[in-house]
Amino acid sequence: MKYAVFIDGSYGITVAFLLGIGWLTFARYRRAVRRLRAVETR
Amino acid sequence: MNENVIATGRMSKTGAWLHYFANPGRFLRFVRPALPWAAAISIVVTVVGIIWGYAFAPADWQQGDASRIMYVHVPAAWVSMSGYAMLAGVSFFSIVWRHPLADLAAEEIGPVGAGFTFVCLVSGALWGKPMWGAYWVWDARLTSVLVLFFLYLGHIALIRAFDNPAHGHRAAAILALVGVINLPIIVFSVQWWNTLHQGNTISFTGSSRIYITMLYPLLVSTVGFYLSFLTLVCARMCAAIMERRTRTLLVAAAERAS
Repeated sequence: MKYAVFIDGSYGITVAFLLGIGWLTFARYRRAVRRLRAVETR
Repeated sequence: MNENVIATGRMSKTGAWLHYFANPGRFLRFVRPALPWAAAISIVVTVVGIIWGYAFAPADWQQGDASRIMYVHVPAAWVSMSGYAMLAGVSFFSIVWRHPLADLAAEEIGPVGAGFTFVCLVSGALWGKPMWGAYWVWDARLTSVLVLFFLYLGHIALIRAFDNPAHGHRAAAILALVGVINLPIIVFSVQWWNTLHQGNTISFTGSSRIYITMLYPLLVSTVGFYLSFLTLVCARMCAAIMERRTRTLLVAAAERAS
């Protein structure tokens, strides 16, 4: 594939961003659920 | 609750439904059960769009395989602009009706929108190098999108810059509303000025100058990016509501104990 470095770079940065923000959001959401449950059942 | 509601003791007819849906607890009850489904659909559609664009869409006759960058660059650009429009919308609600949910949405839209704008800028630069011979030119379209990125960063910083969160929300909402002037500049920059960036290929009013085999993966990728954006913002808003509730319960418990 011609221009592979640029194409792979574009897709790489996009996938890395989506995975990164997806994981951070999921981790924050799970932590918020766990903490709220712990406080409510205290 | 809204100050007007407190003053008059009743909700205005036009604002009643807004107040009904803008309640953080009600938002959590409606949105939380839908989140796993929204996340699953977003992931599937985004993955299909990205793989379709990367591996199966035809190469452009002029740009060759470099045109594949379009399948991530264009959706990221659209989402970054729509995200800012949404940010301005919730800022308007925040200033006029003082919905706590609008402040919360503004706080969570900023980082996600800034991320998509960053992806748009980087993928655009990586497309520019083989096509124009330069990663960056101070072209009207590129510069106005860079300004959008700085507006997002300014909003993220300003909304968290005050000890009193209400002051931060108010200042950031004003910034978001002032910055909305940048959106038509981005959209029409390729028409108003002689830019290196190509003109609009997709048109919602006239005929699009893109072949159907390239349009379909672009639309799928776009839908995937929009769904991902909305799911991320909703998940972050739900997390923020639960964090606030946890803090409130902990403070109440501490007050009872003292």
